[in-house]
Amino acid sequence: MLWNAVLLALREIRRNLMRSFLTILGIVIGVSAVITMVTLGNGATRAVSDQISSLGSNLLIVRPGQQLGPGRDSAGAASFRVADADAVRSQVSGLAAAVPVSGKSVTLVAMARNWSSSVTGSTADWFATGKWQITSGRIFNEAEERAGAAVCVIGETVRKELFGGLDAVGQQVRVKQFSCEVIGLLASKGQSTMGNDQDDLVVMPLRTLQRRLTGSVDVGSLMISVRDGASIDAAKSEVMWLMRERRHIDPGDNDDFSVMDTRQIAETLSGTTRVLTGLLGAVAAVSLLVGGIGIMNIMLVSVTERTREIGIRLAIGAREGEVLLQFLIEAVALSSLGGMVGIVLATLASIAGTALMKVPYLFDPVINLLSFGFSAAIGVIFGYVPARRAARLDPIEALRHE
Amino acid sequence: MSVPLIALREVTRCFGHGAAAFQALRGVDLSIEAGEFVAIMGPSGSGKSLLMNILGCLDTPSGGSYRFQGLEVDSLDRDQRALLRRHALGFIFQGFNLLARTSAQENVELPLLYRGEPAARRHLLAREALAAVGLEGWGHHTPAELSGGQQQRVAIARALVTEPSVLLADEPTGNLDTERSREIMDLLVALNRDKGLTVVMVTHEADMAEYAHRIVRLVDGRIASDVRRAAPVCSEGA
Repeated sequence: MLWNAVLLALREIRRNLMRSFLTILGIVIGVSAVITMVTLGNGATRAVSDQISSLGSNLLIVRPGQQLGPGRDSAGAASFRVADADAVRSQVSGLAAAVPVSGKSVTLVAMARNWSSSVTGSTADWFATGKWQITSGRIFNEAEERAGAAVCVIGETVRKELFGGLDAVGQQVRVKQFSCEVIGLLASKGQSTMGNDQDDLVVMPLRTLQRRLTGSVDVGSLMISVRDGASIDAAKSEVMWLMRERRHIDPGDNDDFSVMDTRQIAETLSGTTRVLTGLLGAVAAVSLLVGGIGIMNIMLVSVTERTREIGIRLAIGAREGEVLLQFLIEAVALSSLGGMVGIVLATLASIAGTALMKVPYLFDPVINLLSFGFSAAIGVIFGYVPARRAARLDPIEALRHE
Repeated sequence: MSVPLIALREVTRCFGHGAAAFQALRGVDLSIEAGEFVAIMGPSGSGKSLLMNILGCLDTPSGGSYRFQGLEVDSLDRDQRALLRRHALGFIFQGFNLLARTSAQENVELPLLYRGEPAARRHLLAREALAAVGLEGWGHHTPAELSGGQQQRVAIARALVTEPSVLLADEPTGNLDTERSREIMDLLVALNRDKGLTVVMVTHEADMAEYAHRIVRLVDGRIASDVRRAAPVCSEGA
């Protein structure tokens, strides 16, 4: 009986190729849209959190001025000094490092090529704090830091733009009006989620930057890394109190600096991408719904024809159960075929999309099953329920159906 | 005396309830022996098609008793009636009722599929049945590619492929021109004469009823006359 029903169902599918194709199409579009959108969103979210953790998960960044919120004025806030970093290092407990960081945009010249990039001035601890690796050469040492030596470590993009295929270590690069020796090359971190190139930078001792480029002893920001196991919140509040004290802020006055931790940044950013994923998913869910309505339409439009057909089958001696089994198998076969094609298309589109967006491809079994299940349920319900109603009629009523 | 193939006693069929109730059949007594060729005639609304549907177990009577080969049909449930249709009854309709977009061969095979016949036997029997109605080699055509007469032949082949005890024909020539009608009637007569197939046919055309050996006339849900015209065919040895 089962084999017969399978045979009958397959004949039915072949006999109504157009109807079968349209049914499948609705499911394919719905399933593939939802899966692709959610997979791309998940990839973007993962890319953001990967990037945050590449910064280091236990990092505090102190900047002058209030960064967030309306009506906050950051213009008048004084810059930091190297002494601020030293004070943090010596007075706040549980820290791995506290490094002063300054930056400046410059034009670099080497080997008759030039390239606009930014220079970061800091101490040797900056590399460990920012989780940078060296692929070739070395980072600057304490003597070079103290002396303000003309040495620098360059990012992969800068190396490529200025030196092409060469290993840049040992070469000279002209930074504004002075010449600087490249002593090391940073490992590539790639593009950040916000779209900027993290490898487009030059790092030199802070003193070198201050003396030769900015001409001041100001420090743009402080980067503080908390030791593993130490409380990041405790460190954060200690840093805040210390800074208020050093900057002579009266009790009751607002801070004229801000302390952000990477967890906070991570939450903000991944919150944003999660909202975007949700939006994409919602748009895709609409297409799933539209696909579902398409399936319903096709199934309901063919009810008259199917009811007569069921009448014929009953008249020549088919039992109700046999007719129903046939229609159920037909609906399940079409729905699962559509679902599988949808999943395959979605996988291909997701892999292509994530590669294009440069985010990781993550297979999400839940959304695959969910969208497959939803479309399949629509296909089965709207293929089967009208058939069940018809099969319960007296054969002669089914035959007379208009 | 043997049990008649079909025995109706006081069969009624009502539609609706209460004041709106309408009695379409008002107590029909009818007995049909194996091998007969019976035409049921009557004006529109006389209940002849309804009677045919009850005979074919497509509809159920409201009252009275219907025995098929001595078996009380009213006591059967839906599935048992389906099995009776599958094994003992062949049906042809005015509108042919073939499956659209399905080849003649597959249409004829359909009842065999429900019987669970193996594929090779299905193909063979269906080809033989098509040949018996003069459609040898037309098996791969779909109903849309066949004329009305040919479609009705396919329907007859489908009804006969299971070798039923009785062929029930509801206005089999209603949609056909005179020429095609005669061909179909000749075919039914031949089947009745040569194979002893019992044929019960509903028609409102006197010309067609001429082919039958017995004419039952229905008026307002009652049998008005029951005339045997020619020598009875293949009486049951009684």
